[in-house]
Amino acid sequence: MHELSIANSLVENAAEHAAQAGAARVTAITLRIGALSCVHESALRFSFELVTKDTLLEGADLKIVEVPVAIFCEECQREVTLPGIQRFRCPVCDTPGADIRQGRELDLESIEVVEQHAEVS
Amino acid sequence: MIEPRILEVRTKILKKNDELARQMRSEFMEAGVLVVNLVSSPGTGKTSLLRETLSRFVDSGSAVAAIVGDLETDNDARRLAESGAPVRQIMTHGCCHLEADMVQEHLDGWQLFGLEYLFIENVGNLVCPTSWDLGESVRVALLSVTEGEDKPLKYPGLFNTSDVAVITKMDLAEACEFDRQSALDNIQAVRPGMQVIETSAKSGSGIEEWIGILRQKRNQLMTTVDSAGS
Repeated sequence: MHELSIANSLVENAAEHAAQAGAARVTAITLRIGALSCVHESALRFSFELVTKDTLLEGADLKIVEVPVAIFCEECQREVTLPGIQRFRCPVCDTPGADIRQGRELDLESIEVVEQHAEVS
Repeated sequence: MIEPRILEVRTKILKKNDELARQMRSEFMEAGVLVVNLVSSPGTGKTSLLRETLSRFVDSGSAVAAIVGDLETDNDARRLAESGAPVRQIMTHGCCHLEADMVQEHLDGWQLFGLEYLFIENVGNLVCPTSWDLGESVRVALLSVTEGEDKPLKYPGLFNTSDVAVITKMDLAEACEFDRQSALDNIQAVRPGMQVIETSAKSGSGIEEWIGILRQKRNQLMTTVDSAGS
């Protein structure tokens, strides 16, 4: 289950950004996960909950934006989105395409933080 | 009540691994080492293919080394060492894939300059190794004739990030009623234009072709390094 390693890197990464911003807590986190990234969402959510315990990310809402695969079609001369990941052919003209423009993302997009003094309530 | 603030950070989740892998790749290239990351399910025959490959390189006087990852045991390293090449074992103790820092640690004390080929045999797994760059120049996905022709469709992520596909155990193709055309079509479906080599470590078929491709890849690497240096 490599999602545990991904969650670990994610928390390390997010905590670093939060600390730089002087945040007390991270309340939400948004990821962009490409269809080709081999990440299982429920495994990632499970791991995230596990590794955020006793960190400033504990209880943070994990938002996942799924990114479909897009290839550049040489024939149509434009980027086309694929309906799945088993067939790398243009859905319009059926030309095979290996020039992948999106779908491999494993990105931390944004974090939602509350500042130091907000903790006092 | 203080409103939360949104910070747009836009970074790679595996940033640390990616950065280390990039640094390792430039060191490998500078030293003229072609690094090959072998990935497949457990039991596809990575170790058999690699032992045969190492032996032939050693016999022809090429400088080769290998690092092999497994959850437990150093059995594979001992099998590979029979080739005469220097081999190191990474025991991941439960981790399902190799990461760049594990490779870096196991390179300690090895002189990269003078080495021509370094093979990294990943942990047997067709999913987890996909996202971890190990600084390799070539990623190879292996598929054996005993596994089913639709494996590339079941694991498109790995096949799609690989540069070369090697079909192994071709000596068993007939006994397994292996549908060669279907396997080739499935590889091309998930990675159009992918180079495919059919091999048998047992009979030796396809091994020279495979070695030829590696030599060619290293020549290309050296040309890139030379033109970047001049």
